[in-house]
Amino acid sequence: MSSLSYLVSRLLQIIPTFLLVMVVIFLLVRMLPGDPAIAMADAKATEAQLELIRQKLGLNEPLVMQFFYFVKNTLSGDMGTSILLKAPVLDVIIERIPVTAFLTLYAVCLSILIAGPLAFVAALNKNRGLDIAIRSGFQVGLSTPVFYIGLLLLTFLAASLRLFPVGGYGTTFLQHLHHLMLPALTVALYTSAIIMRNLRSAVIEVLDADYVQFARSKGLSRSVILGRHVLRNALISTVTLLGLSIGNLMSGTLVTETVFAVPGLGRLMLEAIFARDYPLIQGLTLTFAVMVSLVFLFTDMVQAWLDPRLRLS
Amino acid sequence: MTNQNESLLQVRDLTTTFHSKGRALRAVDGISFDVRAGEVLGLVGESGSGKSISLRSIIGLARDYGTVEGNVYWKGEDLLTRTDKQLQCVRGSQISMIFQEPMTSLNPLLTVGLQIEENLKAHTDLDRRARKARAIELLDTVGIPSASSRLKDFPHQFSGGMRQRVMIAIALASNPELLLADEPTTALDVTIQDQILQLLLSLAKNLNIAIVLVTHDLGVVAQTCDRVAVMYAGRLVETGSVRDVLKRPQHPYTLGLLKSVPENIPPRTPLYSVPGTPPALDALPKGCAFAPRCYKAEDVCLGSKPLLSQLGDGISSACHFTADIREEVLA
Amino acid sequence: MTQLDTLQATTPQKKKLHPRVKALLRPGFLLGFFILSSSILLAVFPWAFAPYDPNAFDFNAIQKSPSWAHPFGTDNLGRDTLSRVIWAYQVDMQIAFFATFFAMVIGVVVGSLVAYHGGIADVLFGRLVDVTITFPFLVLVIAVVAVLGPGLTNMYVAVTLVQWVYYARLTRAEIMTQMTSDYASAGRVMGYSSTRIIFRHLLPNATTPLITYWMTDMALAILLGSSLGYLGLGAQPPQAEWGVLIAEGRNFITTAWWMSLMPGIAIVVTGLGFSLVGDSLADVLRPRGAS
Repeated sequence: MSSLSYLVSRLLQIIPTFLLVMVVIFLLVRMLPGDPAIAMADAKATEAQLELIRQKLGLNEPLVMQFFYFVKNTLSGDMGTSILLKAPVLDVIIERIPVTAFLTLYAVCLSILIAGPLAFVAALNKNRGLDIAIRSGFQVGLSTPVFYIGLLLLTFLAASLRLFPVGGYGTTFLQHLHHLMLPALTVALYTSAIIMRNLRSAVIEVLDADYVQFARSKGLSRSVILGRHVLRNALISTVTLLGLSIGNLMSGTLVTETVFAVPGLGRLMLEAIFARDYPLIQGLTLTFAVMVSLVFLFTDMVQAWLDPRLRLS
Repeated sequence: MTNQNESLLQVRDLTTTFHSKGRALRAVDGISFDVRAGEVLGLVGESGSGKSISLRSIIGLARDYGTVEGNVYWKGEDLLTRTDKQLQCVRGSQISMIFQEPMTSLNPLLTVGLQIEENLKAHTDLDRRARKARAIELLDTVGIPSASSRLKDFPHQFSGGMRQRVMIAIALASNPELLLADEPTTALDVTIQDQILQLLLSLAKNLNIAIVLVTHDLGVVAQTCDRVAVMYAGRLVETGSVRDVLKRPQHPYTLGLLKSVPENIPPRTPLYSVPGTPPALDALPKGCAFAPRCYKAEDVCLGSKPLLSQLGDGISSACHFTADIREEVLA
Repeated sequence: MTQLDTLQATTPQKKKLHPRVKALLRPGFLLGFFILSSSILLAVFPWAFAPYDPNAFDFNAIQKSPSWAHPFGTDNLGRDTLSRVIWAYQVDMQIAFFATFFAMVIGVVVGSLVAYHGGIADVLFGRLVDVTITFPFLVLVIAVVAVLGPGLTNMYVAVTLVQWVYYARLTRAEIMTQMTSDYASAGRVMGYSSTRIIFRHLLPNATTPLITYWMTDMALAILLGSSLGYLGLGAQPPQAEWGVLIAEGRNFITTAWWMSLMPGIAIVVTGLGFSLVGDSLADVLRPRGAS
């Protein structure tokens, strides 16, 4: 019961933030010079069609009312019609969400698999050769743009060695895993580089913590100490760090989808930008914000689940 | 003086060195002492004098940070030659330790019950049900009310004093013969401090557990210990029975510590404190480490380190002027 | 023997280096410093280092693999890749500066004012931060670029519009910790003006994390700038910019891999230079006594 009320209160906290998110997205298109109706319509639109759009957006009324219409339309699922794809924005986006969600989740799992063990190894060998080697590797990774990592992986593992397909998404789950392996790896390498440094210090802090020393003085075996006392505490830091880096991770997804021609939201965003498809740009920007908020929410829940101190207060 | 002298723990020339930026810092410098079965030994000194490191060195917890040399004989067998894995069956079962900070020494993510039972699981053959029964019994012993309902609670649901009791329960779980207590009351409220000390003492007496009690408080030593060892800058400067050392200290440092205990003095008189501060580990003087703060110091003190030597009345002291001080104290 | 003794006695004692100076002599900093200073040299005097005109076509040398004449090879129009990479230093180092500097200035001013005055402004700022972190950084930046149109100047505007919030958040946090210190209250008791307290007393103590963050941010700006260049939203061809160069080579990656590989190495090395210097500065500038 308490976790349900916690969830509800967290959801309520999101509402004001989301109103402001809507303001930002609303103002984005109003920043364009000229008539917003022309921006939101096909270039070949007739005067009658334009008038229809003006009416729907409330362009003849004050700005506040226009914003009200914008929120109302969005909440009722009407985000306009994509100029590029000539279909309702909502439909277009819903069609692409699974791809990006799959890629993001895949990348999160790979990030944990890469950064977690390496942070552990680095922390256990603090300031020794192995630690310095791992840290240097990630420092280089931190200076490498995502698209370049993607391009290198694409060239060597897909194009030359033919280990992975060059693009696309596939139809079955296993095909998804296979097709998205390199894109997810690209995002994961970049994300790992971002969280690695903090994760390493978090693990070092846990290893030095009094309760770990006390556990050792109890004569517990090394595997019990690491598995029960260190891992769970370090996992909390991992979840926190991943949650905080989700914006970075999604930025990486956007670029990676373009490099690997993955038919997700990121690639759609770029297509929309080059086509000056403002209804779609608005819808996609909002979708990304919703996805980040959901991840923040999910992170909070996982933390509360892992940490009893948060559960009760 | 024959059979009674049989020691449980014999520490010989224990030296712990830390390596920092290419320099060797000696935190513990060749200390030797014995602990007999069932006795309470107080290890006293200012913070940074190496008390806690000595304790951790005994059960191999200091190894990760530095080099530990010398010998630690536990029932005749040298613990320092054992690997970490071989030490596991001694730690927690024969020698337990409790830490200074009850707030941070229990794992915040695990229930108190689990943290007691994992000790039992490691060192006894008890099954699940018996472990639970024993955990309840232990919580009961250390004075935690309605013990059976609190096994499922997490550490943050206990107060500081209660957590220290939980830690004691964990340490006692497998009937150890020696308890290493690292300032177990420092972090607690004054009223609670006394309760915890009384609890430790009565348990030690009833269960015949020997205790090494690390503290910076001579008052605590006077109340609880049989023998005392005074530590300064990594070395022992004076050892002996509590009664003798407190009555007739033979080392200027012990004398200074005693003078700074507020006792039998009129109100509103300023408290005495030993002038100066202990030397940093990377700036230890060549001679006696206490010389810069000592009222008796002469040239000889700056040139050579005094060795711990046996005097009359069971006291050992490390000072070039022991004889003078003895006269002063007796006068 | 006596001679030896006097010799030893007169030999000056080996001077102990100040710990801050010592931190500057570490290999990490030296490497970073070397990279950064060479990058600046290449950015300011590209003509002195580039062997060819970066935009000169040479149809006799199309897609030539690396050789003594063309160490980084040539592209599909016969342009010398090395010269193009060198000329691109000008653009990318500019990006590092312009995409961060104004955001920092705005962020520092707003952050300090908000921290010092608190109240409703602080609450509103908190909301603004919530909103900003709800958007993935790149999504917000390219959404703004979409409105303003592609190009370097618009990219600077877009990045500044988003990034200043992060600088303001950092400044606010630093100032808030400084505010609780005694000298800040002392300043207020003395009746100093708020500007004087902020800029003479509080801000100087917040410079270390700011400078460190700025260094890292410049590395990130190069990554962002080249990413936008690669996506076609930043610098526009034929201008030589690393991301643009990589994008140009993308279609020839199997036949002329050097076209994309070489500019990427320039990005990694320059980014590394910034972060190495940033890390070392963090150690050097850390107030004494803190560990």
